[in-house]
Amino acid sequence: MTADSAQPAIVIARRLSKRFGKREVVREVDFEVLPGRCFGFLGPNGAGKTTTLRMILGVSPITAGELRVFGESMPAAARSARRRIGVVPQADNLDPDFTVAENLRVYASYFDLPARAVMGQVRELLEFAGLSERAEARIDALSGGMKRRLTIARALINDPELLILDEPTTGLDPQARHMIWGRLRELIRAGKTLLLTTHYMEEAERLCDELVIMDHGRILTRGSPAALVQEYVEPEVLEIRGQLERVRELLAGVEGCRAESLGDTCYCYSADARPLIQCLEGRSGITFVHRPAGLEDVFLRLTGRELRD
Amino acid sequence: MPDWRLPRLRHPALAVWRRNVLVWRRLLGPAIVMNMGEPLLMLLGLGYGLGLFIGQMGGMPYLTYVASGIVASSCMNSASFEAMYSVHTRMVPQQTYASLLVTPLEVDDILAGEMLWGATKGTISGVTIILVAGALGHVHPWTALPAVPALLLVGLCFTGPALVMSALSPSYDFFNYYQTLALMPMFVLSGVFYPTDSLPQAVQWLPQVLPLSHAVALLRPLVAGQPMHDVALHGAVLALYAASGYYAAVVLVRRRLLV
Repeated sequence: MTADSAQPAIVIARRLSKRFGKREVVREVDFEVLPGRCFGFLGPNGAGKTTTLRMILGVSPITAGELRVFGESMPAAARSARRRIGVVPQADNLDPDFTVAENLRVYASYFDLPARAVMGQVRELLEFAGLSERAEARIDALSGGMKRRLTIARALINDPELLILDEPTTGLDPQARHMIWGRLRELIRAGKTLLLTTHYMEEAERLCDELVIMDHGRILTRGSPAALVQEYVEPEVLEIRGQLERVRELLAGVEGCRAESLGDTCYCYSADARPLIQCLEGRSGITFVHRPAGLEDVFLRLTGRELRD
Repeated sequence: MPDWRLPRLRHPALAVWRRNVLVWRRLLGPAIVMNMGEPLLMLLGLGYGLGLFIGQMGGMPYLTYVASGIVASSCMNSASFEAMYSVHTRMVPQQTYASLLVTPLEVDDILAGEMLWGATKGTISGVTIILVAGALGHVHPWTALPAVPALLLVGLCFTGPALVMSALSPSYDFFNYYQTLALMPMFVLSGVFYPTDSLPQAVQWLPQVLPLSHAVALLRPLVAGQPMHDVALHGAVLALYAASGYYAAVVLVRRRLLV
């Protein structure tokens, strides 16, 4: 997978594993993150995504395997690696005792960057995050979206080469998510390398150049979102609801259609959905949606449809 | 498997100390009232109340005697409370440490910053008592100036073990144990109010191992302007508590946060 040999990977993991007692959380994963790309970890809760990120940051001991960040072995090089990394954690941990601007200035001091040296940068980052007007506001006066944007701005204070985002838009409303996606794409265009975890397919589809799908600590597959869709699922999907017994009978008469049920919905995957649509049209008690296949279909196919906690 | 490596002391710890100073400056009013209120009442109540009956103790007016003891005990309380309640707040509910640990800072640096900050808070408390006793005319603040570096050492000595409590605490309630089983007995048994040699023979050894006795023995002559004894011994005991507390806390916090 090291396609670009001229540009060494920023993160390389080989048979990387993590155990908590007897529980294997990350099992022999291999991946590499190339510079200037957005790399995604997609997986249900408990897949081992966050633990993998924590190992990359050197804040979680590695049980087995090899991990190199910026070419240096972890966790020995953790301190120097973190100097070049920005982190957006899953839960906001902004400092509630400080204002918006102070949060950036104080965070800079942890990188040994004195407040005077980062004045211009703080102004730019506040603008980038759309928070210039709120520079003197207290953290508890911010909305969830604003806090997230400030957390992203904070992660950029050391001008990192690699930005690590753990579920960057979880819990945000659609407007806030779109704004954040826009900002992240700006960063990718500016040449930063992004590493993100998510369980939102649209997020992965919109942002990631390459991703791995993880489940139960293993990497199930990897590739670009489009390539994965092409590889694992038929291009067209019909989601059918209502009277599943009758739907099943109807499906039996149609060729080239793979069906899966989840709750009250039947998902039919095929190369061409037209014969099935003709068959279903006009039938009372049955509704359906016709759409192209996406990453969500790949994801559900690979990780199964049972509920995760 | 605990990470037993010795902590390294580096200048980034100062960034953590500075952060705490900035927060404290903002909450100055309530902080000062809390720092001063209780020891001040103790000083006035015991010093004037009991002092009337006692007159002199240890070769000085009783109010001076009590004041110099309370300089030590308020330093102890201030440093301990900061290293328990405030550190727990930063470590658990506020997740401040989580945000620090993904910067170049390590547990070593964070707790070194907390050590310095706990010592700073303890020193501020001690100096406040010196100033109040000075205003009452029972201590000469200028002659007591050398007490400041001693207060820093005393502050470090009590911050260390309190950090261990924070590293172990599942919740704020846990600190009640330490307060009731360690801080309170020390307050009563360490010569703050009376000389420890008046204790029964059988427990004479006890004050010898309590850090507060050594803090009082170090600070009292400095505050009262009397000749000092056994400075090296007292200093060594205080430094030992500080260093072993810090080291144990670093190992325990690594185990707790770096999982």
